[in-house]
Amino acid sequence: MERVMKDDTIQEKGERARMASFVGAMAIADLVKTTLGPKGMDKILQSTGRGRSVTVTNDGATILKSLHIDNPAAKVLVDISKVQDDEVGDGTTSVVVLAGELLREAEKLVNMKIHPMTIIAGYRMAAECARNALLQRTMDNKGNTDKFRSDLMNIAMTTLSSKILSQDKEYFAELAVDAVLRLKGSTNLESIQILKKPGGSLKDSFLDEGFILDKKIGLGQPKRIENANILVANTAMDTDKVKIYGARVRVDSMTKVADIEAAEKQKMREKVQKIIAHGINCFVNRQLIYNFPEELFADAGILAVEHADFEGIERLALVTGGDIASTFDNPESVKLGHCKLIEEIMIGEDRLIHFSGVAMGQACTIVLRGASEHVLDEAERSLHDALCVLSQTVNDTRVLFGGGWPEMVMAKEVDQLARKTPGKKSHAIDAFSRALQAIPTIIADNAGLDSAELISQLRAEHHKENSTAGIDVITGNVGDMQKRGICEAFKVKQAIILSATEAAEMILRVDEIITCAPRRREDRM
Amino acid sequence: MVLVFDEFGRRFIILREQESKSRLRGLDAHKANVAGGKAVARILRTSLGPKGMDKMLQSPDGDVTITNDGATILEQMDVDNQIAKLMVELSRSQDYEIGDGTTGVVVMAGSLLEQAEKLLERGIHPIRIAEGYEMASRIAFDHLEHISNKFEFTATNIEPLVQTCMTTLSSKIVNRCKRMLAEIAVKAVLAVADLERKDVNLDLIKVEGKVGGKLEDTELIYGIAVDKDMSHPQMPKRIEDANIAILTCPFEPPKPKTKHKVDIDTVEKFQTLREQEQKYFDEMVQKCKDVGATLVICQWGFDDEANHLLMHRNLPAVRWVGGVELELIAIATGGRIVPRFQELSPEKLGKAGLVREKSFGTTKDRMLYIEKCANSRAVTIFIRGGNKMMIEEAKRSIHDALCVARNLIRNNSIVYGGGSAEISCSIAVDAAADRYAGVEQYAIRSFADALDGIPLALAENSGLPPIDTLTAVKSQQVKEGNPHCGIDCNDVGTNDMREQNVFETLIGKQQQLLLATQVVKMILKIDDVITPSEF
Repeated sequence: MERVMKDDTIQEKGERARMASFVGAMAIADLVKTTLGPKGMDKILQSTGRGRSVTVTNDGATILKSLHIDNPAAKVLVDISKVQDDEVGDGTTSVVVLAGELLREAEKLVNMKIHPMTIIAGYRMAAECARNALLQRTMDNKGNTDKFRSDLMNIAMTTLSSKILSQDKEYFAELAVDAVLRLKGSTNLESIQILKKPGGSLKDSFLDEGFILDKKIGLGQPKRIENANILVANTAMDTDKVKIYGARVRVDSMTKVADIEAAEKQKMREKVQKIIAHGINCFVNRQLIYNFPEELFADAGILAVEHADFEGIERLALVTGGDIASTFDNPESVKLGHCKLIEEIMIGEDRLIHFSGVAMGQACTIVLRGASEHVLDEAERSLHDALCVLSQTVNDTRVLFGGGWPEMVMAKEVDQLARKTPGKKSHAIDAFSRALQAIPTIIADNAGLDSAELISQLRAEHHKENSTAGIDVITGNVGDMQKRGICEAFKVKQAIILSATEAAEMILRVDEIITCAPRRREDRM
Repeated sequence: MVLVFDEFGRRFIILREQESKSRLRGLDAHKANVAGGKAVARILRTSLGPKGMDKMLQSPDGDVTITNDGATILEQMDVDNQIAKLMVELSRSQDYEIGDGTTGVVVMAGSLLEQAEKLLERGIHPIRIAEGYEMASRIAFDHLEHISNKFEFTATNIEPLVQTCMTTLSSKIVNRCKRMLAEIAVKAVLAVADLERKDVNLDLIKVEGKVGGKLEDTELIYGIAVDKDMSHPQMPKRIEDANIAILTCPFEPPKPKTKHKVDIDTVEKFQTLREQEQKYFDEMVQKCKDVGATLVICQWGFDDEANHLLMHRNLPAVRWVGGVELELIAIATGGRIVPRFQELSPEKLGKAGLVREKSFGTTKDRMLYIEKCANSRAVTIFIRGGNKMMIEEAKRSIHDALCVARNLIRNNSIVYGGGSAEISCSIAVDAAADRYAGVEQYAIRSFADALDGIPLALAENSGLPPIDTLTAVKSQQVKEGNPHCGIDCNDVGTNDMREQNVFETLIGKQQQLLLATQVVKMILKIDDVITPSEF
């Protein structure tokens, strides 16, 4: 064939292209497969950057994010896992595994000479049918607050059980549910602050009703204030430059320098006076506070905190109900924040500022303690997953059982659809059902159980109407998911099914891969 | 090039660095060019039609694109061959001109080249072939006009438009919800269309995508969605009956464009400057407030102080809005873009019934919706989908559908799809060929054969026996005198495209023919290729 493309371009066609993408996608799925389920294993990731820092994790999205992948099909899977993380927060491993299984089944069908388009058509029908099956079996306890809370607890515990926090899952589930319920339906997880402090054990972690700022109180300022009026600000407290463009100081004698300096000081003093005039006794600034204004604040008996980060400021404003101010000319119209008590507390060896008795309880802080940085990082990721799922569930209150129950329910319906459908499509629908059943199989395998035996038992159970059976990994038997309290959010499951099918479809449609020559970089090494 | 004389006074020409250049002439050049063009066409051939496959492309930077859009494939393919580059141009010009049929035009050109190759082998001069093709394309062009139908639609009866858009979308990955997307595309086009002038400005339709959710969540917003949020976290997230000030000047201290310096050398100057500055911010905000604005949309950044003052005065603001979006907002809300605070006046404000911030997923992604605008002639199509590649492909598909709808509004003639138009043209051209004496007759017949290339590819991609299917359809067309018979790609059971509701726009088809013929003519006229060798 005539050469059309550049020298290093790789072009793969037809069967070869399809094989390349199947292999790539399955390799990725197999990679994360072992982390699935409550008995899933963790992975160690070592970065190639400086310091060779190490991450220990079980979170699919985190693992896939850190991989350097060259196979374009694999990149599709990494992308769906990332989207799953952003959209619902959990199920990042499951979505990749399901997509991998769908492609594995598709490969068999392609080898049987079924056209990819036929497979896609079958998969689409099956996915739609699976989703409807789930929809019919969802439980919704929106009206009943107590029941809903216990649903949330169950979901949190199920999510956490596959993570490092599984030992104390009840404790953390409680933390997470409390934190999310405080948000009152908002999905803005920014207002839940997670502080990590090495030392102690995971059990020592706690949820604080108030707000903890990881900053120190300025020298000579009160360490404890009751009934505090807080001004939250974002303003320059170092030199407060004149911002008009092109302005510069040019003087011709030393005395003038001194004059200007005095004027500058005067300006700062006035600013501080204005701030104090708000009637506050605590001042929190996002930017630096230089020694001079700090001293002025100390003289006035005001607690001043400098260099709080932007998120900290936002959260503080949120909890205390104050405005974030940058000008101070109209003290009467600036809303101040209030809290009952500000004090300095010690966690481990660090001193932190604790605001308690805040006006609005929408934000809170979870302090994580643990033996090492790695444990804490993983604990944070696990907790983040749980928080995401919960916050999504608060909005979409439909709940399903876990432990392979949804997969079996879907598989059953899809199986029936396959029997009703004439034509080659039914092979694809069958394959979809097999791929769904692969998930409980993997969960059982990872727990070291006899998966073939368990799955067949489970399938028999599900043949009865309205079964609630699933795999109980702890006892290694088929158990009643309702009694065990293993729940999952409908939204998560739905997202898994839809995006896994979509990804599999995309990869199946490809019959040619063209890899352009990598862009040449100048050698900087 | 240097002209030199040898010792006998004979002239000869020395080409500079002749050894390092490769050169092809005569028939070899023709053959090489034809082969190059065919190679490109072959890549796209499998993407044609509703059962066409996608291509996965990895860019030099490692980004993955999965698509079935001819123009996108060729653009990303990074071709090196000169003739292949011509083909890329060809598909791009179809994209610019019509927006749809970018794959078809390349396959058509490839098929024409293939036929030309056979004629070249028989020793027919390339110019004669080119002329024959030109005549044939004119016949086909007129024939298309002849078999086309007028499509009546009104602003209320959009069904015909939707059907045509669905034909376009059915070959894309989004065909799962083609009906919905087609409706969205048609409604969007009708919302911005000027039915009297028969013109549509596609710039008024913004296509925005965000990963997450599913394709079915894609929506049409009668207004603008901007990927921005309020500048201050405590500003209200929902504003009703907003009066919008659209600014292109920053809420920052003035920066005169002329070079200047303000020297501070006394304490007084320092103080006055300071006061000036404070007053300046105050005035900026006050001016916006005075004209009655309840929302400020600004192209530039805000100073911290200004930001606070805005919040303080209860004036929500959005910063760093891109220029294009700003224009769209101005069009939609009927406001004017104001470059200076001094020029703000109440009549320059835009009006919108509802402005709200919407957050997505678990990350802090937020978007600003500006809806119920005074002049709802700017709309946004907001695409959701499972992953980034899906969104990108959906965007391209929607673009195609929008173009088709626009073309139909410009000219409401349609031809039937599924290869039926090509087959009908092929019959017409073949019949007309006998009327021409001379070598051109051969070329015209070849043109007719080349037209068969598209239905052949369609049948092949759909898993049908290509030659059997084509000949059956062709004889049916002749026998029944029905130019609407095409390839039954979706296995519906009938091959009358009118019953299947498969339409394409007349101008799209005509353009395909003309562009393909033009490029082939150009390629045929090349008889010498000089390439500087690699160094």
